[in-house]
Amino acid sequence: MFSPANSEAKPLVSLSNVGVQRSGRWLVRGVDFSVSRGEIVTLIGPNGSGKSTTVKTAIGVLKPDEGTVERADGLKVGYVPQKLAIDWTLPLTVRRLMTLTGPLSEHDMTAALEAVGLSHMLGAEVQHLSGGEFQRALMARAIARKPDLLVLDEPVQGVDFSGEIAIYDLIQSIRNSTGCGILLISHDLHVVMAATDTVICLNGHVCCRGTPQAVTQSAEYVRLFGSRAAQALAVYSHHHDHTHLPDGRVLHSDGSVTDNCHPDDGHHHGHEGHDHAHHNHAGHSHDHHADDHSHDHKQPAGERHV
Amino acid sequence: MFDDFFVRAILAGVGLALTTGPLGCFIIWRRMAYFGDTIAHSALLGVALSLLLQFNLTLAVFLVAATVSILLLFLQKRQALSADALLGILSHATLAIGLVMVAFMSWVRIDLIAFLFGDILAVSKTDIVMIWGGGILVLAAIAWLWRPLLASTVNPELAEAEGLQPERARLFFMLLMAVVIAIAMKIVGIMLITSLLIIPAAAARRFASTPEVMAVFASLIGAVAVVGGLFGSLTYDTPSGPSIVVAALILFILSLLPRRGRGQALEGQRS
Repeated sequence: MFSPANSEAKPLVSLSNVGVQRSGRWLVRGVDFSVSRGEIVTLIGPNGSGKSTTVKTAIGVLKPDEGTVERADGLKVGYVPQKLAIDWTLPLTVRRLMTLTGPLSEHDMTAALEAVGLSHMLGAEVQHLSGGEFQRALMARAIARKPDLLVLDEPVQGVDFSGEIAIYDLIQSIRNSTGCGILLISHDLHVVMAATDTVICLNGHVCCRGTPQAVTQSAEYVRLFGSRAAQALAVYSHHHDHTHLPDGRVLHSDGSVTDNCHPDDGHHHGHEGHDHAHHNHAGHSHDHHADDHSHDHKQPAGERHV
Repeated sequence: MFDDFFVRAILAGVGLALTTGPLGCFIIWRRMAYFGDTIAHSALLGVALSLLLQFNLTLAVFLVAATVSILLLFLQKRQALSADALLGILSHATLAIGLVMVAFMSWVRIDLIAFLFGDILAVSKTDIVMIWGGGILVLAAIAWLWRPLLASTVNPELAEAEGLQPERARLFFMLLMAVVIAIAMKIVGIMLITSLLIIPAAAARRFASTPEVMAVFASLIGAVAVVGGLFGSLTYDTPSGPSIVVAALILFILSLLPRRGRGQALEGQRS
């Protein structure tokens, strides 16, 4: 319904040549991208590649040390942080959490909680919610404010496979119904939300960018993820340095260094992660669609999946 | 009726307790108990400076406490030392410098014990006006800062991203702490101020379902502790400041006792 092509207006947020420095070290540098109304941008990259730093700079929590960040006037942001621990000493119900940063009409509050399937939890203390419920409550809080830009830092982290699909479906329907821009950090290096318009791979700088390939186009992935999941998930293949094999392993070509990735920038540390990311998914799918190769990967997935 | 020292003491103590309740809640939620202690200890340096420079005592204590809070904010940003090491250094350094300065001033005779443990029975009508006036100002400021303070307690980045100003709220909060410590010093003394901030708030936790309810309950529990402590001190001839803290502690312990109904259901859920 909404695509970046038909939003000719100014982007909601745009970064040009942004760099953030912390005690002499560049966390990220030379980052360029923008998010427009109705657009879904997914950031991927190995741990420590500056995904969260980039997002925080985009929404103004961090100030860039070089480059510029332009935000639309009066931009309303809805933010779902990556890790959030609420001290037991703070009595906070789901209802109170919803109005944390601003007042909310009863209608908007219940509509948002219904969208995430938590309307029955209005009176529950947030400390009693499970990890997935709490994550959904935080999303409800962010969408209830009707933001122009919804920012989600690893929204499916710690959520099981079917929960992950449900959250991706929800994000897509939020975009479709409100037309807000969405900036998303994915915990997975290769599997992203199918509705993503642009994938940006970070590793201290923008490693590469592109559009994901719909999983539904590949019979192997449909078999691997199941047909419902295949509609929500997509694969972002790093065409420049490796290919995916049907059994979930990653095949690296020799001389995988591309012109915008330097040999010593740590990019290749990510490869081990790539591999395990797929083990994870093979392990996940084992719960739903047992097949031969997911049995093979059950053990490593169990060890890795935290 | 204000002529009676006991009535004055109750008025002063209750006024202070009503103020410290909401402030104490934030100290607990933000895990700033040691910070509160540090600011309180710096008050003695304020006392010494006020004697040395013949300056208004409350104002001197406020200025020193505010300076130490801002210094802490600055040092924490530089991240040279961990926050608790910094607090430990500033807390005891300011207390020690204050004690040394007082010892050097051989021409003034001051009752150190009164500053360290308070002398609520000696409050004047002016003190009461200051406690209630300052208290109302502090409570009004807390109400004004409530949303950014609470949101940044949950997550400062979330507050910042959604247009609240957590840094500004935090700075104001520290200044409010300095105000409260300046007016509370006479009542419970430097060593016990933090207990009047923390214990009523901790006791209120069990009975509260929202942050706002907890803040109100903390004020009320503090007020009950003041009245109870003062009557206890009158009955058993014990020092007033420590008696108030003991009364608050008793209320806290009572709040821990298992309650019928919801409390037991909760215990059941956990096991």
